[in-house]
Amino acid sequence: MPRPDRALPNGKIAVYRHPLAIRLTHWLNVLALLVMLTSGLQIFNAHPALYFGKAANFDHPVMAMGARDDGHGGLIGVTRLAGREYVTTGLFGVSKVEGQPTERAFPTWITLPPTQDLATARLWHFFFAWVFAINGALYLAYGLIRRHIQRDLWPTGAELRHIGGAIVEHARLRFPKGEAARRYNVLQKLSYLIVVLGLLPLMILTGMTMSPGLDAAFPWLLDLFGGRQSARTVHFITATAIVLFVLVHLVMVVAAGLVNEMRSMITGRYVIDAPAPAPPAPEPGASA
Amino acid sequence: MNPLIDRRWLARALAAAGAAVLAGCDQIAESPQAAKVLQTAEGVNRRVQRLLQHRTALAPEFTAADISPVFKPNGETEPQNPDYLALLANDFADYRLKIDGLVEHPLSLSLDQLRAAPSRTQITRHDCVEGWSCIGQWKGARLGPILQRAGLKPAARYLVFHCFDEWDGPPGVGTPYYESIDLVDAFHPQTILAYELNGQTVPMANGAPLRLRVERQLGYKHAKYIRRIEAVDSLASIGGGRGGYWPDRGYDWYAGI
Repeated sequence: MPRPDRALPNGKIAVYRHPLAIRLTHWLNVLALLVMLTSGLQIFNAHPALYFGKAANFDHPVMAMGARDDGHGGLIGVTRLAGREYVTTGLFGVSKVEGQPTERAFPTWITLPPTQDLATARLWHFFFAWVFAINGALYLAYGLIRRHIQRDLWPTGAELRHIGGAIVEHARLRFPKGEAARRYNVLQKLSYLIVVLGLLPLMILTGMTMSPGLDAAFPWLLDLFGGRQSARTVHFITATAIVLFVLVHLVMVVAAGLVNEMRSMITGRYVIDAPAPAPPAPEPGASA
Repeated sequence: MNPLIDRRWLARALAAAGAAVLAGCDQIAESPQAAKVLQTAEGVNRRVQRLLQHRTALAPEFTAADISPVFKPNGETEPQNPDYLALLANDFADYRLKIDGLVEHPLSLSLDQLRAAPSRTQITRHDCVEGWSCIGQWKGARLGPILQRAGLKPAARYLVFHCFDEWDGPPGVGTPYYESIDLVDAFHPQTILAYELNGQTVPMANGAPLRLRVERQLGYKHAKYIRRIEAVDSLASIGGGRGGYWPDRGYDWYAGI
């Protein structure tokens, strides 16, 4: 429900930017994605290699993390990507567990649970998969019925034509403070649309494709992604894209004003500058 | 104050705080109370998947060209149980599959009898809980007709597979592997007691002489080295009560995901 602007004593205006449903689904999504990412990386650690196709081609992974002996009793962490090998000791392949360099794909500080435990990671992942999916469905239903997606996220033709200027403004970290800040700019609109209609649904579909039970129910999922191992790889790439989006999103929140942005996603109110006073109305009778 | 010491102190404090957060994370993540709550998703997944699947919906089948060059064995690959080794020495000529529990006619079947039973050949994908998959061609006796021969009593709800391979202990005293399925999967057309992999007798590493194929679930449900099939009304008295060696160690009993 649109609520009236509130004039602030300092001359600024607090506009009602995010309705309650959007704020709730946003924060629940933050929690779900955090658990899904960290437990997902723990699951990946159980077999830290990705393949394309229906089955695993063990000798030719698209990406793999592992360890190799350094010849002096130590371990070197190695990440193989598209046929090339990179030393990633300390981060991928080998990292410290209780002070000891240990072979593990992703380090303890980013996996749930931190210690190696596939069973527990799966419990967290598949419980929060439901939280994520139901929350996402509620968001989409609300967004479409209340026309939040059509009205606030769908870019207009004019916006798309002037996208070049928006990119330049954004790269200079210049953000509108006044009336223009009532709406998302075209880059925000496009990135949010790609996330909510593209990446997040893709996570669910590729996740479903990895389930042998659901493959029996929906065999077309396998055709869509080119097999279970391809789906697993796309799941990982899409997760990476979401992490990149979140990083950029956080930088933008800080650049645009951390307090104002956080307040708007918690209370709904976002503070903008008041429009410049209109030029004084002409004296009655002065025209003529 | 020396800013360097200050910075070092700050780094140490941050590291200590980080370690504390990790330890706390570990405690919550691994707590039995959390596991209880999280395990509710397993029941939801089973019900939803059963709702979406037709009871006899087939797992996808593949062509000969899709067969993996090596069917990766996992878990136990060389059982050392004395009974198993004795049967192996004679090429399983004396092997008998026992089917008992809540059945009208307990059975004891030789490999020849199993090979003479109604069979099915299928090229299917094996999905390990770790994330990898292999494709292989399996031939085996369909479990459904065998159970009809044995005659399940009305109280029977699950089939428990007791295996030769032993875990967590020396041969003869370790815990024999065990798994279980319900009757929906037991009577599914692709559920077979497999004696052939890719046209050869099942290799030892893949479960000789007989292993279960339950194609709509993950690899650890496909019990290898089957010794006995027991029909039961409840899983409470089996192992730790969750119906399988891995389920008793925190993995889902319903492994369709």
